Amino acid sequence: MSGGVDSSTVAAMLCQQGYHVVGLTLQLWNQRRLAGKSGMPESGQGRCCSIDDVYDARRVAETLGIPYYVVNQEERFERDVVRPFVAEYLNGRTPIPCSLCNNHLKFDQLLTTARQIGADLLATGHYARDEFDEASGRWLLKRPADRSKDQTYFLFGLTQEQLSRTRFPLGEMHKPDVREEARRAGLCLFEKPDSQEICFIPGGDYKQFLDAYLDEQGEPIPDTAGELVTTTGEIVGTHTGIHNFTVGQRKGLGVATGSPLYVLEIRGDKHEVVVGGGDELFSRILRANRLNWISIDDLREPMRVEAKIRHRHEPALGMMEKTGDNEIVLTFDEPQRAITPGQAVVFYDGDVVVGGGWIV
Amino acid sequence: MRRVYFDNNATTPFLPEVFEAMRPYFGEKFGNASSIHQQGQQARGAVERAREQVAQLLNCRAAEVVFTSGGTEGDNLALFGMTAPGDHVITSAIEHHAVLNSCNRLEEMGCTVTYLPVDGRGLVDPDDIRRALRPETKVISIMFANNETGVLQAISEIGKIAAEADVYFHTDAVQAAGKVPIDVKELGCDLLTISAHKFHGPQGTGALFVRKGTLLQPLFYGGRHERSRRAGTENVAGIVGLGKAAELARTGLTDGKVAKIAELRDRLENTILQNIDQVAVNGRGAPRTPNTANLSFDCVEGEAMVIALDLKGLSVSTGAACSSGAIEPSHVLTAMGLSADRARGSIRFSLGKQNTDEDVDFALELVPEVVSRLREISPVYKKPAVSHQPSALS
Repeated sequence: MSGGVDSSTVAAMLCQQGYHVVGLTLQLWNQRRLAGKSGMPESGQGRCCSIDDVYDARRVAETLGIPYYVVNQEERFERDVVRPFVAEYLNGRTPIPCSLCNNHLKFDQLLTTARQIGADLLATGHYARDEFDEASGRWLLKRPADRSKDQTYFLFGLTQEQLSRTRFPLGEMHKPDVREEARRAGLCLFEKPDSQEICFIPGGDYKQFLDAYLDEQGEPIPDTAGELVTTTGEIVGTHTGIHNFTVGQRKGLGVATGSPLYVLEIRGDKHEVVVGGGDELFSRILRANRLNWISIDDLREPMRVEAKIRHRHEPALGMMEKTGDNEIVLTFDEPQRAITPGQAVVFYDGDVVVGGGWIV
Repeated sequence: MRRVYFDNNATTPFLPEVFEAMRPYFGEKFGNASSIHQQGQQARGAVERAREQVAQLLNCRAAEVVFTSGGTEGDNLALFGMTAPGDHVITSAIEHHAVLNSCNRLEEMGCTVTYLPVDGRGLVDPDDIRRALRPETKVISIMFANNETGVLQAISEIGKIAAEADVYFHTDAVQAAGKVPIDVKELGCDLLTISAHKFHGPQGTGALFVRKGTLLQPLFYGGRHERSRRAGTENVAGIVGLGKAAELARTGLTDGKVAKIAELRDRLENTILQNIDQVAVNGRGAPRTPNTANLSFDCVEGEAMVIALDLKGLSVSTGAACSSGAIEPSHVLTAMGLSADRARGSIRFSLGKQNTDEDVDFALELVPEVVSRLREISPVYKKPAVSHQPSALS
């Protein structure tokens, strides 16, 4: 229970269906820690895990008459989500903390806690569907009815064990219906806006966060100043640090030329940022490693799939094949814009999530 | 579902006599104790009767009792009221946060503070206090009974040291009142804090004993209440409850009620030690309050255990109530030398006057079952060889 409409409605629905429900909130990040530092916003109001959100979750639990506990996992979150997040940026990649959080906290720690306290299943407010497929004997993760809220991109790391003990009651519902359900259940937060950005970065400015966090840790941002180069090796400018850039970025290059320049690639070892024209951003080749398979147990022969290379991306058709023990190469039918190392690639077969991995 | 409450160190249920004593003060006896008229006199009478009751519990004069909003205010009043920038304070690493955080603030304001360590049993060494004394030492503040472990300090001995050094001595007796006898003359303290809700009285009310002749700077300015030591219209109903609870706290020490609690706690503790392996008593070897058992269960997450027990009907805690949800393991257990893992696997069982033999039976059924399940899930637990060694008895 995050204090948001989705998880609150799930709790209400499960109570109506007669389950013994226990509400758990994961306390993951202390919003007041970096408030006001390095330009970070002063109040952490309205972010996930803020005092207000815990308060809202608690009130929902009270309304529903279910036991409610806050489980503190700040240490683990910092170690398994925040630190890797920072490291990725400093190495010139663009991370997705939400997938790591799902893998390590929501569907690992929380499932453990659920078992410890005697619960059989964990239900969350994610927009996704999971079901057991008799034919293959595997648990499947599928896209939800409400495509606009599809969160399967962040859930590609779930194992069979995790899927077997998780339920996504909102899989068949559309957001407006969820709010209506919340209202009918008497939950005052049915009109609460959805939280959009990364939960531990209020205001959404990740550079401010890096500054504030590293400053707090007493670790100065490593000096990765270097050169802006073209694909042919020509130096067209300089930059003050690779963590300021992400593939596909146009602003902040500080170079005035005739046509717009985009970040094509970030070379962490050489501190080089490769820039070029918009058309150079497109590519058909994607490599990924650290794969997790869901609908199949392994990729034994090339497979045609639709792939998403970031959350807000329309899945595109391509052919993927194994290139090593835990790596694949995917060749898209059509060139895709800004394939970004550090992001996840998730493979779909229609509605079914085949699996996913990390773009290198 | 049956509910058993073993978290009396967090707070205690009302005794029926206490609530009955308070009832009229929520009704027809609503007066302001400072008013001249009949309602005022009635309220004043009730407040002063309660003051007498508290004085009897502590063996002091009524005039030496200052009513407060509870233990935290009492501790704050004692520390901020007795110090000025430049003063030195001696306290311990295991105090309640009301004392520790006040001391931190005193340091920010220009005082120096020595936080004395404790040994593995949780005891302060009185010689350490002697050694820490300086010309500018103004106050020694050492708690009588620890809220997490129940460990009792050698307060009388410390009182003598304070007297010899001509230094003020405050003791936070919040967890001691009603569990062990308190005699301020014998203890040799100049200030002593108690809080009603720890001995079956209402929350939000307490008292600070201030020895006659002790110049105390108030925290609250306003009217001349409490001999100008604590401004604010008296919480008459609360004070009446405090008084009645204090009377029952005193009688409970000799009429068998506290002895019964000790018996229940001992049976609970010893049976757990006999039947569950890899359990340790925190505070073993030190004198303890008769109601508290703080036990470490190896390879068990305390927080998960508290939740699991709660869902089955047993209320306990992992440490001080005010630090639930905090990441750091208990500062008390850490000061006693427990590893972070052990500290996180510790559960506090604290009994009260309302607990019965059946309550203990209930707990003795649940605890092994929950521990067993948690250890099954734990990646680090190793089952002992067939004939298990009972855990060390205290």
